[in-house]
Amino acid sequence: MDSNTSNIFHSVTLDPDKCMGCVTCVKRCPTEAIRVRDGKASIINEYCIDCGECIRVCPHHAKHAIYDPLTVIQGYRRSIALPAPALYGQFSHIESTDIVLNALLKLGFDDVFEVARAAEIVSDRTRQIMEEEEDLPKPLISCACPAVVRLIRVEYPELIGNLMTLVPPVELAARLAARKAMVEHPELAREDIGVIFITPCPAKVTSMRAPLGFGASEIDASVAMKEVYPKLLEHLPEIAEIGEMNLPELQSAGRVGVSWSGSGGEATALLTENYLAADGMENVVHVLDSLEEERLGDLDFIELNACAGGCVGGVLTVENPYIAHTRVQKLRKFMPVSLNHFDNDMLGLITNDEPIDYVNFVAIQKLSDDYEEAISLLAQMKEIEESLPGIDCGACGAPSCAAFAEDVIRGNAKKGECIISLRDRLGELAEDDEDIGDFIPRPFRSGKENRGDDNH
Amino acid sequence: MLDMQTASKPHRAKLYLHYEIDGDDFTRAGEASSKLKQSLKQLGLSPAVIRRAAIAMYEGEINMVAHADGGVIDVDIDTAAITIVMRDTGNGIEDIDAAMKEGYSTASDEVRQMGFGAGMGLPNMKKHSDYMKIDTKVGEGTTVTMKISIMSE
Repeated sequence: MDSNTSNIFHSVTLDPDKCMGCVTCVKRCPTEAIRVRDGKASIINEYCIDCGECIRVCPHHAKHAIYDPLTVIQGYRRSIALPAPALYGQFSHIESTDIVLNALLKLGFDDVFEVARAAEIVSDRTRQIMEEEEDLPKPLISCACPAVVRLIRVEYPELIGNLMTLVPPVELAARLAARKAMVEHPELAREDIGVIFITPCPAKVTSMRAPLGFGASEIDASVAMKEVYPKLLEHLPEIAEIGEMNLPELQSAGRVGVSWSGSGGEATALLTENYLAADGMENVVHVLDSLEEERLGDLDFIELNACAGGCVGGVLTVENPYIAHTRVQKLRKFMPVSLNHFDNDMLGLITNDEPIDYVNFVAIQKLSDDYEEAISLLAQMKEIEESLPGIDCGACGAPSCAAFAEDVIRGNAKKGECIISLRDRLGELAEDDEDIGDFIPRPFRSGKENRGDDNH
Repeated sequence: MLDMQTASKPHRAKLYLHYEIDGDDFTRAGEASSKLKQSLKQLGLSPAVIRRAAIAMYEGEINMVAHADGGVIDVDIDTAAITIVMRDTGNGIEDIDAAMKEGYSTASDEVRQMGFGAGMGLPNMKKHSDYMKIDTKVGEGTTVTMKISIMSE
């Protein structure tokens, strides 16, 4: 790997002790970033977008996300929790987001700053941009889901120009929270303050460690929603006892911000009907393919979420995403529409200060730097692909015969590793020797060695 | 416009791709152009060239499904250009001049209800290719040849 790619941080990692070497994750990875090698899954760093799909589907729980433990707050003189709005949907029987926010203080946080507040500001600024700016690329694509931004960067470089050039709500929340803490506590230095995100997914952890579009993140640590969930649950009864009316009022976001927890929430806040909102990785890929080939017609805005249901479907959440969505719907019923607005002195905080490049894209997809050589390699690859059985069984460790052919061409696999091609060679031998033919399992027999033993 | 003399000169590296398009199946239209797109990415061509080729071929695919009960596509890639030859044995095009006008369409109501047949197909194919030639005979079929230069400006 060159220096450009070797230092990529990923939140999604593998526990080799638990991995059985099955191909469940290999088959489901949207960027075909996983192979099985020596009996264990291995992630190709350059392709991984940290969507967490492999964590979701692994039957052996061998895939994990890297995040910080809750004890991280002890390292700061003042710690501020940044709950993603999806957190509110995790609990049953709560009547107000204030209960969850107060429970966060019980865990040892000194303050809370709702990500939903920043989401409202991003919504407001987006409306403003769409109203005022001329020559806007159409459609604008939301920049909120970091897995989607990474997918676009890896697979759809032509669409990078359509991405909003705003920082995602969680980053804006961190910047505003840090600023607020510095103003309220002038005696503290920035490093005394811990801005801690309660994250629904690994992609947002990666976004904190290796941001795209801005130089550095103000988020100091990310704690998984599923880690704080049981601890919050412990405190809910005592808070409910105090009574909602007697609790300090911490809720400072309205319906617009809280709705960002689910698919379509961001788009509906834009007050245009001419939007598309898609969620779930397969649907996102389908939309981006169509958009790249100009098949979607005239649209103003596209909201894409890697997880089904939106952020409530993140792999670090606890509750079923659709139930969580219903709960958020109930919670927001009596909320004001929006409580936070963009104001011009936030311009520097909300706007990206670096372009999102696609340098890695060119490097990782092409077969050779030399175009003529790439043509002949691709021709060879197609030939290998034709010679393969085409059943995409995954036994070679690649997600499909096409991917295997590419691995062979790139020198990452050997043609002889195809077990079905081996079967065919065995089948030829079996024509001369009945005993060998009997060893070939039925799904693999190609008819000619199928000698009337269908009753087995 | 691409210089045809140069483009037809023999080149060392050459690649042929072949696709078959089913007729009357709009759910599958676009599969071939998506596959072509993947191959072009592996060649390391510029995103702009890839996009033009994919759009030009997609429009042709839709035409094959809507008007000609499918057909075959042969793509020929060398160091100068991507050449896409789309052949069908459909009804042919009666009035090519009219067909090249934006908004002109002979698509059935049924096809239009599915959101196709806006009369942008051939004009878009022309727009996204450097050279386009249509050979058509009413009652016998149509062959559209498009060339997309790989030299990015």
